[in-house]
Amino acid sequence: MAEKMYDVIIIGAGVVGSMVARFLSRYKLDVLLIEKDSDIGMGASSANTAIVHAGYDPKPGTLKAEMNILGNQMFDQLAGELNFSFERRGDYVVAIGPEEYAKLESLRQQGLENGVPGMVIINAADVRRREPNINPEVSGALWASTGGICDPFSLVVAAAENAVVNGVTLMTDTAFQDFIMEGKRIVGIKTNRGDFRSRWVVNSAGLYSDAVMHKAGLRPEFKITPRKGEYYIFDKAEITINNVLFPVPSATSKGILVTTTVHGNTLIGPNALEIDDKEDRSITREGLDEIWEGAVKLIPSLSLRFSIAEFAGLRPGGNAPCANPDVKDNKDFIIEIPEQVEGLVNLGGIESPGLTSSPAIAVRVVELLKGAGEKLEEKPEWDPIRRARPRFRDMLPIEQKLLVENDSSYGRIICRCENVTEGEIVAEIHAPIPACTYDALKRRTWLGTGRCQGGFDTTLVVQILARELGVSPLEISKKGKGSEFLVRPTKDKEAESC
Amino acid sequence: MLKAKYDVVVIGAGPAGLAAAIEAKKTGAQDVLVVERAQELGGILQQCIHNGFGLQIFKRDMPGPAYAQHFIDELAGLHIDTLLDAMVLNVTSERHVHATSRGSGFVELDGRALVLSMGCRERTRAQIALPGTRPAGVYTAGTAQRFVNIEGFMPGKRFVILGSGDIGMIMARRLVFEGAKVERVLEIMPFLTGLTRNYVQCLMDFDIPLQLNHTVKRILGNNRVEAIESVQIDKQRQPIAGTEEIIPCDTLLLSVGLIPENELSRKAGVSLDPVTGGPFVDERMQTSVPGIFAAGNVVHVYDLVDWVTEAGLLCGRNAAQYAIRERKLHGRRVGIKAGNNVRYIVPHVLDKESLAESAQRLQMRVTMPIEEPVLIEVMNGEERVARKTELYVRPGEMVNIDIPQSAYDAVQRASELSVRVVRR
Repeated sequence: MAEKMYDVIIIGAGVVGSMVARFLSRYKLDVLLIEKDSDIGMGASSANTAIVHAGYDPKPGTLKAEMNILGNQMFDQLAGELNFSFERRGDYVVAIGPEEYAKLESLRQQGLENGVPGMVIINAADVRRREPNINPEVSGALWASTGGICDPFSLVVAAAENAVVNGVTLMTDTAFQDFIMEGKRIVGIKTNRGDFRSRWVVNSAGLYSDAVMHKAGLRPEFKITPRKGEYYIFDKAEITINNVLFPVPSATSKGILVTTTVHGNTLIGPNALEIDDKEDRSITREGLDEIWEGAVKLIPSLSLRFSIAEFAGLRPGGNAPCANPDVKDNKDFIIEIPEQVEGLVNLGGIESPGLTSSPAIAVRVVELLKGAGEKLEEKPEWDPIRRARPRFRDMLPIEQKLLVENDSSYGRIICRCENVTEGEIVAEIHAPIPACTYDALKRRTWLGTGRCQGGFDTTLVVQILARELGVSPLEISKKGKGSEFLVRPTKDKEAESC
Repeated sequence: MLKAKYDVVVIGAGPAGLAAAIEAKKTGAQDVLVVERAQELGGILQQCIHNGFGLQIFKRDMPGPAYAQHFIDELAGLHIDTLLDAMVLNVTSERHVHATSRGSGFVELDGRALVLSMGCRERTRAQIALPGTRPAGVYTAGTAQRFVNIEGFMPGKRFVILGSGDIGMIMARRLVFEGAKVERVLEIMPFLTGLTRNYVQCLMDFDIPLQLNHTVKRILGNNRVEAIESVQIDKQRQPIAGTEEIIPCDTLLLSVGLIPENELSRKAGVSLDPVTGGPFVDERMQTSVPGIFAAGNVVHVYDLVDWVTEAGLLCGRNAAQYAIRERKLHGRRVGIKAGNNVRYIVPHVLDKESLAESAQRLQMRVTMPIEEPVLIEVMNGEERVARKTELYVRPGEMVNIDIPQSAYDAVQRASELSVRVVRR
């Protein structure tokens, strides 16, 4: 039997891999997107600050700076086409005290060098007026009007779903093991679910991008060092901060910020701790204390009493020198078609501002393929629009009424803190990329993210998943194999079924 | 079929809501509606299949569902409306209620009085900021209780329970009955936080160790809980180094407190006590918003359901009395509507008894000018209550008309008055 030959295989369905798939789906190509986890977007894309950065932070001349600016500019159109939440509400770098105020101007200069439009330094009185909860010792702020916030979960889902609807094949629970080489040409990959052949492979493996490129013998010195960032989320009924507030950055990090989210919650974090374990997303006492200290420096009135969730994410930080030898930087993105092997588009070290950069990186991948001689003929039937499914809680009462009249399953609320309905859950289970786990549903519908943290909805969601997938509740998991909620029927239940 | 307006609307059909609805009806409320989120009445009692309910009121030891059934049966005999599987989305301070359900769709209705009896929710892992990984296998005791007692599934084989609250201790026994191993119960405080009888009957009788001054330092395991690390704490609640212990388990149950559920109260503008987390109430269980009452765990967390029932009865009685007064008051009042060529009238509502004291002046503006003599008439349907002539009317000039005391009897008959301006 002849093996299927793909044109492109993309390793890793985080925001970068999904965005590359979406932009490649425009062309007459057979594309396979593989993901080692049970769902797309479970790595760095699932735990971050959800900010679309303006671009004053990266060092001028780096790929990071270039991709950040280009990516930021693409978000309005992208949000319109893919229908994910995005608000270009601007962001602030807040200076506390005179020393920090002096640093704002150099940050603004760096922004200008990177090409960031719409920045202005505002005085303390203006900051206080725009954010009344700010530390009274505020001395001023850099205001960047192009900064924004987005829903990073639905961004990944929307990009991947649009790719799938336009013909890309997605395989989850499929882990890359090795390349299949013919001489110096890559002709396919080996996975836990068999071999797949292709003319091109894109390495968008995030935290594991170093291991993937090493398998091709590339950049043996390149190493991803996970940098853990921890966060607190607050109850939106109790605490409302309406802005995106960064502290003045340090040499190593953008610092601990206080920000609103598109879901209306206030988010604080992250710290930055280099670790060895690429799966260690545990929360630590020390980390939580650190972000708390950082956050109250900006907003002293925050209260831990209203924290409703804590989580940690891992930034896939690399050590690649900037491609331009005149720029001294050793944490730049890798976006290249390397000379040492054929058939590989190599991405690496895509950490912050990776979410912002992702559409620009995808466009760059397309350009690289064109530069390598790919004709990339457009599909006339390509549909750039990913249609949004109804979100009950965002609707006006009259819209809710019509929705419920049309389909009564939207009348049944399953998650009462976030008002997520059975109709929404069922729609996501049967979507082009089916949500088959509790966490997959959570990322898509926002259920279980409120103040009861799934206390009331979990049993109901397990029921619905089992019913819709036609399996036993025992098979329903939080985030894939090994994370099942239930272990066996009770004695009564067992007796009943005998 | 639901009515558009009820004397008393009760939100939540746990023990407080059931008692309030029953007592409201018995007190004389004409129509009472109970809105419940679950598919059946009874609230959390339905999953509390253990004994220990009803000793104070019934002088009997009943399991939760039987306790609930007593009130459900009584409710059914009183012709009280129920809306099940329904979620109240919004409540205004004017007692206008938005709810949605699969069966009845999206509904809007009003209550002359409202009873808030939404109960409470469990404090979560996040609210006590438990460090460690975030695997499957961390449940609040109530969620686990629902899995076991309602759904019929075991959420684990080997348990550690954090918190010596009642639900946690009761679940410990239940899990042992189901053949699970409960390694121990950890309590951060130097004393038991639940009832002593539960400690004796649920932990001591089953040799489940309780460790006071102990907490969970971190959770281990990426996909499923693999162990927890416990630690002893000192008087300042700081961990004592060297007392850490890794306890292998696949499930951590949390019984670390309950929080009154007041998101709707907040929407209705009800003031909340930061200490209890529930509404400020007076001796009639009325909140800071007139006509909105509250009872049960939504006000403060109770230890025994019998006290919740008593609070519900008191609350229901007062809610009904409020509704009856509202109805009477409303019967005494008549609305005044703008008729032909009238843009608006002030006042909008008239107390019918006011005419016993004096004539009542109405002030209005017309919509269109009429440059010839006109009649200004106050009508009750086709019956004229008062009239007056003007040589002309213009929108720029306000028009007055008095309802004379002689119209007292005519006004008593009216259910609505309207005012019109017509050519003579």
